[in-house]
Amino acid sequence: MIDKIVPTLEAAVAGIPDGATVLVGGFGTAGMPFALIDALIAQGAGDLTIVSNNAGNADTGLAALLATGRVRKVICSFPRQHDSWVFDGLYRSGEIELEVVPQGNLAERIRAAGAGIGAFFTPTGYGTLLAEGKETRRIDGRDYVLEYPIHADVALIKAKTADRHGNLVYNKTARNFGPIMASAAKLSIAQVSEVVPLGALDPESVVTPGIFVSRVVVAHEETPPSW
Amino acid sequence: MNKLDRNAMAARVARDIPDGAYVNLGIGLPTLVADHLPEGREIVLHTENGLLGMGPRPAAGQEDPELINAGKQPVTTLPGAAFFHHADSFAMMRGGHLDICVLGAFEVSIAGDLANWHTGKPDAIPAVGGAMDLAIGAKRVFVLMEALTKDGRPKLVRECAYPLTGKACVSRVYTDLATFEITPDGVLARDLVEGLTLGDLEGMMGVELRAG
Repeated sequence: MIDKIVPTLEAAVAGIPDGATVLVGGFGTAGMPFALIDALIAQGAGDLTIVSNNAGNADTGLAALLATGRVRKVICSFPRQHDSWVFDGLYRSGEIELEVVPQGNLAERIRAAGAGIGAFFTPTGYGTLLAEGKETRRIDGRDYVLEYPIHADVALIKAKTADRHGNLVYNKTARNFGPIMASAAKLSIAQVSEVVPLGALDPESVVTPGIFVSRVVVAHEETPPSW
Repeated sequence: MNKLDRNAMAARVARDIPDGAYVNLGIGLPTLVADHLPEGREIVLHTENGLLGMGPRPAAGQEDPELINAGKQPVTTLPGAAFFHHADSFAMMRGGHLDICVLGAFEVSIAGDLANWHTGKPDAIPAVGGAMDLAIGAKRVFVLMEALTKDGRPKLVRECAYPLTGKACVSRVYTDLATFEITPDGVLARDLVEGLTLGDLEGMMGVELRAG
């Protein structure tokens, strides 16, 4: 019998080691797995590399994790926001490393990891600072940059509904990085609003098939607005 | 000479977006274009964070923190809308499926190079978001910007001084003084505001222009 539902947030994040690379879902606060991040803070793993679109908002969620000093490096597309003061402070004082990646390259590097792709050529970033030192190739008259996948130890994502096989359905634009992050990590953990009985999800409507998901935990929380 | 105001600039771009187009509007001034799309045209707006068929901001009290645009502002869905994940969203750009994107800019060069992501100042925290993907990721890239900086320097330049977002990617530049078409044979200027001659405009921009 397959049952990926775990009873507590503590059980959901158990075993995440120091030094882990952790994918964290969300675009701003939409899709950010606040409950799982709080559980990771309590769990105590350190020396982490975090991969996420942004670098935290205000003082909760990813920002709260950064504030613990347990994050060595952030890989993201857009760290600087009106409420990213936690990251900004760490970056300016040299306490955190930053790798800025164009958003589509970030998504495709994560997707490639989940899909078993060794590397790929993309036109995005060609001729810019973010492609400096990278291999390039002209293919059919267009210039491309070689980009490598981002493999991760852990993914923390948020969905709306799950069944015990880990099949997931998301909510609106909170889907964002969830499906690709689920596929790219060795241990993929989803927090959801509700669990339904096996067979209740329409197979035509499942967005992330359960094969990509390791653990599911129910967490009821209000998403704070990004604006 | 009557410079166009921000709404008139946005309306000028909107006039050139045809019925049936799939369009991405960048953050800032380009977002205003949505308010000026001509009646009677069905235009589908894309937002990079996973929505086609984006509608206007909801009424106060109806906002949903999980239904936002690339600027992280609350939006709505229109009939026919679809949600999708980030890799699909950027496949829509990179794969050449979007007809038009409209972006803001610090500078555009006469070769169509775009600079709009980073001032390059040593204390600036670099943040690129979807800018580089959008720059190379639509069939046509329109820039909407003021022709001059606040201190009067031209933003259409021979070569960009700011770090590039994309090379030779801009098709057309809409400004408060004129519209510029970037072509392999040089820059064409059209729709000059009343009271402005091509010679005046050339003098202000410091680059060669032809009537277009």
